[in-house]
Amino acid sequence: MNVYLFYLTLLFYTVATIGYLAHLVWVKKPLWVTSRVILIIGFVCHTASIVARHVEAGYTPVTNRFESLIVFSWLLVAVYLAVQIRHTLPVLGAFVTPLALGLLLMASFRAKEILPLDGQLDSHWLPAHVWFAFLGDGLLGVSACFAAMYLLQEKILKKKKIGPLYYRLPSLDVLDRLSYRCITIGFPLLTVGILTGSIWLKTTQGGYLDWQDGRQTASLLIWFLYAGLLHGRLIAGWRGRRIAWMNVIGFLVILVTFLQLSHFQK
Amino acid sequence: MEILCIGLNHETAPVAVRERLALTGDSLQETLQWLNGQPGIQEALVLSTCNRVELYLVTEQGVGQVDPIIRQYFADRFGLGEEDWGRFHYQYGYHQAVAHLFRVTSGMDSMVIGEPQITGQVKEAYRQAVHLKAVGTILNRLFHKCFHVSKRVRTETELAARAVSVSYVAVELAKKIFGDLSERQALLAGAGEMAELAARHLVTNGIGGILVASRTLENAERIASSFQGEAIPLDSIAVSLAEIDILLCSTAAPDYILRADQIREAMRTRKHKPVFIIDIAVPRNIDPEVNTIDNVYLYDIDDLQTVLQANMEERKKELKRAESIVQDEVRAFLAWISSLDLVPTIVSLRERAEQIRVRELEKAVSLLETSVSEKDKKAIEAMSQAIVNKILHGPVSTLKKAEEKGDTPGLVEAVRKLFSLGPKKG
Repeated sequence: MNVYLFYLTLLFYTVATIGYLAHLVWVKKPLWVTSRVILIIGFVCHTASIVARHVEAGYTPVTNRFESLIVFSWLLVAVYLAVQIRHTLPVLGAFVTPLALGLLLMASFRAKEILPLDGQLDSHWLPAHVWFAFLGDGLLGVSACFAAMYLLQEKILKKKKIGPLYYRLPSLDVLDRLSYRCITIGFPLLTVGILTGSIWLKTTQGGYLDWQDGRQTASLLIWFLYAGLLHGRLIAGWRGRRIAWMNVIGFLVILVTFLQLSHFQK
Repeated sequence: MEILCIGLNHETAPVAVRERLALTGDSLQETLQWLNGQPGIQEALVLSTCNRVELYLVTEQGVGQVDPIIRQYFADRFGLGEEDWGRFHYQYGYHQAVAHLFRVTSGMDSMVIGEPQITGQVKEAYRQAVHLKAVGTILNRLFHKCFHVSKRVRTETELAARAVSVSYVAVELAKKIFGDLSERQALLAGAGEMAELAARHLVTNGIGGILVASRTLENAERIASSFQGEAIPLDSIAVSLAEIDILLCSTAAPDYILRADQIREAMRTRKHKPVFIIDIAVPRNIDPEVNTIDNVYLYDIDDLQTVLQANMEERKKELKRAESIVQDEVRAFLAWISSLDLVPTIVSLRERAEQIRVRELEKAVSLLETSVSEKDKKAIEAMSQAIVNKILHGPVSTLKKAEEKGDTPGLVEAVRKLFSLGPKKG
């Protein structure tokens, strides 16, 4: 059942992504509004698929690659929709939906069976760790989308090559502020995520940190990267392109470690 | 009955010809009155701007008969050669004339697409024509419609969006960089119409504050006072850079007044918050190398022109959408015109009356207690016919008389409304 809902979500997200990207070229309000509606319908299916899997499996579905990709994608879209309530930015949709869709497409190549829970994974700290970490990642992901938009608009304004994107993208100031706002919420969440992960590790393996685990070292690296970004902005007064690049690279590192490394190799 | 538009504009005639026909004040009134007096012309309006002269007419005859008369008039009165007239003018009839007026008023036919002035000019032309009693039902309705269409086009499309003047482009760019301007400070260095206008636009758009620097302090103070700004001497610009977000340069200095190292220093002091510099001066006031500095955006006059061109192109893209609005409205207007036809209205009226008569007659006959003889039936039929004829006689003959007096459109519309005849079909 949850797999059917997954494929349904994939379908809706594909249509919504095409719609949002098309809107960049042909700016017609109905196109954007329809895409948003389809995205929301897809999101409902997405939510249902996660809930269904939880019910079918009997545990929080964040235990393997398939499940984590779905949850990560869900959080990305959830954050986007939340941001949408405050700031109507159709352009942002053109950045977030391909990302969310990409994650789901990658999930579609993974094993989908529900397996009995590995003892190590059967703990309250696991879902807490995963939800906090993913929510933090989702916010950092949206922040990186804003940063990417910032870099595009900055290049246009610097090189003076005025094209359709110049008109679609909001001001540098707005992009900078929103990207920063997302980090200020996402970074603490990420921190809590790492901490709960560490506690979970203690309860199952006895130590707070396992240097051998690539995933954990990568998480620390990521944490320091974003801490450095915040330090740079608040203390050293870095602005503009440098911060935006750090932001984008930071999230790329998150994506790569997420996809390449895993606690639960299959 | 014909609706005509005859005239010339900036695309069909050179200014040397257009200026011959520039009708203002007295000459405008004179032309309107002459047109009004022509036997074949029922309604007239003259639109004369620096870019076009157009006559909007409602006539009995077609354009073929009207055009020579007008050509003759302009030749006699304004010395416009008949050959010139032939070469440079255009004529539109009926739905093309209506569409053309809608386009003109909406700014679709202007040199700067979407410009707002033309609407005011059309309003003024209409006011003049009304004042001289040169307009009647058709032009009245037509011109009310054209203002409505203009409003639709300007609000429903982006035809009139985006800056098409250099000073306003500067402000638009400032907004693209800073978003909200209320926390930002600007500095105007030097004098010059474009720069001052840009500064003025910044004030209208809510800029936090303006400093003015000029070679003489009194000059600076004079300009500053009109912006409620502060005056500073020209040589203290470099120092104030740390607090300034937007710099408008337009001094007559022969060399660069600001070098790259000065700006770099200022950026360090202001923690690399973005800076927008507009250098409208020729020769340029700011070393172009400055644009390579991170978070500094330097635009010279050519750059501003590039943005302006891009904006114009965006406006042009809206023409298609605007055109579909125009076509919609032309259709609606023409439907109204055809509803003015007299004969179909009378026919509809008689048909409606006949429907009612026959229905009521049948009802009455079926309700009679005893069955009716052929002779009685005929008598009752005759009576119902007589009643209907007598009742309709008044309205129909009034309508026919009105046609002679030229009152038709209003009465026809009234009859259609009163008797719920609906819009004319076909």
